[in-house]
Amino acid sequence: MHHFRAPHARRFISASLMIGIAFIIFGLSFGVLAVSAGASVLQSCAMSLLIFTGASQMSAVSVIATGGSPASAFGGAVLLAGRNAVYGLAMAPVLRGGSLPSRLLGAQWVIDETTAVVSAETDPATRRTAFWISGAILYACWNLGTLLGALLGSSINPSDFGLDVAFPVMFTAMVASHLRTKQGRRAAIFGAIAAVALAPFMPIGLPILVSAFGMLFGLAPQSQENETAS
Amino acid sequence: MTWTLILSLAAAAYFLKLLGSVIIGHWVMPPVLERCLLLIPAALLAGLIAKDTFTVGQELGVDARAAGLAVAVIATWRKLPFVVIIIAGVGTTALIRLFV
Repeated sequence: MHHFRAPHARRFISASLMIGIAFIIFGLSFGVLAVSAGASVLQSCAMSLLIFTGASQMSAVSVIATGGSPASAFGGAVLLAGRNAVYGLAMAPVLRGGSLPSRLLGAQWVIDETTAVVSAETDPATRRTAFWISGAILYACWNLGTLLGALLGSSINPSDFGLDVAFPVMFTAMVASHLRTKQGRRAAIFGAIAAVALAPFMPIGLPILVSAFGMLFGLAPQSQENETAS
Repeated sequence: MTWTLILSLAAAAYFLKLLGSVIIGHWVMPPVLERCLLLIPAALLAGLIAKDTFTVGQELGVDARAAGLAVAVIATWRKLPFVVIIIAGVGTTALIRLFV
């Protein structure tokens, strides 16, 4: 049993539950849209259980829903998942020391939100507990939301409820934290323009792969001024 | 949606998580690579927002989805809760379809 101070436990548990509520709503919308894009309830649930990285799952379903090829859906989703390798490096000390099976299981829970919850803690034992508790809560909430959404999606027409705009709306909520730096804003502007400007001239799904080239704004070192700009 | 896509994406996503957290856990990533990887969500999510709002297939256009997005952008900018952002954005699009 890890020892950690109660105020810290309260903090990471309440943070996880807050994000968990959002995960249920996001998961629900994802489930509805996955089913309307042609996935079965089982396939929708398998995506959340096995892939478990929301932006990639939504990106793949979004590309398939608009008529893109599986290859372009795969490409965009994998590019988005690349950041989990960066978060994984940050989480490696937290998983280190555990048994191999526990590290293999823990790796599946390395996402933006568990990284954020753990990063708020400093004590190594507390960080470990925070990782496992936030991972379990968020994994449960994401999959519960997906199941409910997939079941609901089987009986409604999403565009009747405006749910066809749920993807861009959720992407907007998700992208906000990435726009705090000048590089982030430039990458976003490039991505948005590429996606619209190239749409008439390229097969569906390819323009957003071009959008990803916005990451090259990261080649230039980031100045202090950029980091503090709001 | 095909099982091939789901399973290959699951394998690739898990590999990337495993790569950082277990396989190369001691490695210090070059800052330039880390900066680029962390900029992908900004670039790609913005691209997806634009695609899902302003295109139908390969055609460009502005419809009720743009109004929903505008409301969602304002709600996000005002730092409202996720639930409110989604309901406001989706609700705006639904209401415009209903009455216009």
